[in-house]
Amino acid sequence: MRLIQKLGDWFDLRLQLGAPIRETAEHPVPRETASWFYVFGSAALTCFMLQVVTGILLALIYVPSAGEAWSSLQTLNHGITLGWFIRALHGWGSNFMVAIVLIHMVQVFLFGAYKFPRELTWIVGVLLLLVTLGMAFTGQVLRFDQDAYWGLGIGASIASRVPVIGPWAVNLMLGGPIIAGATLSRFFALHVFVVPGLLIAFVGVHLLMVLKLGINEWPMPGRIVRRSTYLQEYHELTHRQGVPFVPNAVWKDILFSGFVLLSIAVCAVYFGPFGPGGQPDPTIIQTAPRPDFFFLWLYALLSFLPPSAETPILLIGPAIGIIVLLALPLVAGEGEKSWKRRPIAVLTILLVAVALGTLTHLAEHTPWSPVMDAWSSQPIPSEYLRGRTALERRGALVFQAKQCHNCHSLDDKGGQRGPALDTVALRLTEDQFIRQVIQGGGNMPAYGKNLSPAETTALVAFLTTLRPAGQPPARNASQAVALGASEVSPRH
Amino acid sequence: MSAENGVSRRAMLVKLGLLLNGIVGTFLAVPIVRYLMSPVIREKKFGYESWLSLGALEQFPAGQTRLATYKNPVVNAWDGETADIACWVRNVDDQTFQVFAINCAHLGCPVRWFPQSSLFMCPCHGGAYYQDGSRASGPPERGLFQYHYKIEGGKLLIKAGEMPTPGRAANLKRGGTTCA
Repeated sequence: MRLIQKLGDWFDLRLQLGAPIRETAEHPVPRETASWFYVFGSAALTCFMLQVVTGILLALIYVPSAGEAWSSLQTLNHGITLGWFIRALHGWGSNFMVAIVLIHMVQVFLFGAYKFPRELTWIVGVLLLLVTLGMAFTGQVLRFDQDAYWGLGIGASIASRVPVIGPWAVNLMLGGPIIAGATLSRFFALHVFVVPGLLIAFVGVHLLMVLKLGINEWPMPGRIVRRSTYLQEYHELTHRQGVPFVPNAVWKDILFSGFVLLSIAVCAVYFGPFGPGGQPDPTIIQTAPRPDFFFLWLYALLSFLPPSAETPILLIGPAIGIIVLLALPLVAGEGEKSWKRRPIAVLTILLVAVALGTLTHLAEHTPWSPVMDAWSSQPIPSEYLRGRTALERRGALVFQAKQCHNCHSLDDKGGQRGPALDTVALRLTEDQFIRQVIQGGGNMPAYGKNLSPAETTALVAFLTTLRPAGQPPARNASQAVALGASEVSPRH
Repeated sequence: MSAENGVSRRAMLVKLGLLLNGIVGTFLAVPIVRYLMSPVIREKKFGYESWLSLGALEQFPAGQTRLATYKNPVVNAWDGETADIACWVRNVDDQTFQVFAINCAHLGCPVRWFPQSSLFMCPCHGGAYYQDGSRASGPPERGLFQYHYKIEGGKLLIKAGEMPTPGRAANLKRGGTTCA
């Protein structure tokens, strides 16, 4: 024991770090902040440290070459002892890190922590969110599979829409004319050197400010932040009723970080590593590229925006979002901190959460994408064919052969790009069917050039049978009046 | 020499030192920026596109649309399979061809050809195109990108080498029109 003490003293005389570390550890924090709500920042840092360690371990094997990256990932998964586990830890660590950063952000937003004097802490925090998402995107590229390849294509397509410099931006992003070796090399440099460097720098500044300015006190409804009085009030909170950070508050941070690490490890063991998916061979086009979880909402949004609004929203939307986040503490630096007295803040969080949640949920089902093999792999249910005439059955064949099923579902099978057709005959008359099939419209291609008159007749005959038993098909009331009811009788 | 003079002399030397570093920094910045911009500079100077063969015309029967692949003209040794690019070749009437980029005009995903319904469909956001490449439905703002082509010695040649993207559309032909 005495030897350790002596050794410690020897180092401390030279390093002189003991006193400042002790002072930092034992600095007083407001009593109520020793709370489970205040553990997310340290948990995000823990995740980042895990990412650094597992990232370095992966770099021992990974080859950042377009021709070899995919097979080096296979080697990691299958050829190296526990390589799959390190990949899984890194992948799940990334998901947890993004999630915890988001939770941390929601917490500090609802607790008014961005107000005076912590405006810059929030602004650096926004930058940290951006670089964290940057790590997630560049990391997805390093898992160099089909999704990564076409994901880069989507990134390039978005970059190309920037006015004037768009094509340059694409060349810079790809490192050349196409997605190839130079592209992967630069994303490797970004993911391993540039973005982590920024992340470390921002984390340093962020932490320094948390220590210098003190942790945000627990907001009390009615306790208003004013620039003139806040520092004095905070000083009293910490020095009169405060508790030392170590051990009063830190044990929750440590326990929660341990819990997060355990959860990452459990997910890694249970679910395993992410991919890699198919080889990044651009000539294999039987693929449906999808982004990773945290970009799914964007994937969904891109399929719903009207074509004319897409480019402006895509380019201006993120800029506005970032500016709003950065400007928030400068605009609302004073006032009420408690979420109980900030209904708009709470509603904003709910709105954003519901919007992102809904878009993510939709992106997991991709109702906007045609089911590319529905026409050949999902037969029309037999009850839709029983007791039908030869012509109607011929129409059902046309329905399959012309890939209608890829976009239209029957009995919940098939695509959802267009409306389900189970009861379509209640909505459209025969004439309307013909017009819709021939001319298209309402986001449906026109099939006029592609169906013979006989095929159209058969298809429409089949479509008019698509209605619940016992219910008459839609009919053209005005036509009935004009021609006399007897002449226009429903087919069935 | 007075103390004040001494301070100002040292302050001047610091400024001189900073100035020297500034000048050297500028000299270094120019090549660094040029190095970083090399993909753009190369495009401006030489361009990335060149004529390359998709193979004999017999591979593309009249009235049909077939997948073709080519090796990108600008490659590095370590590009691996990413140097192979696919495209769709439509032989309209043995005289007229259309060569479509594989990339959807929306966000670049690979479109697939369905000969039965004569449609190109995109698996990502559901864009669809008619057989002549014009937009049929979905989020794309325009038709499929087309390569310039020519026929030489019984072979189909296209001018290619750069990934087509919406922002570069001005350089490429518009989908939906056929020209020889």
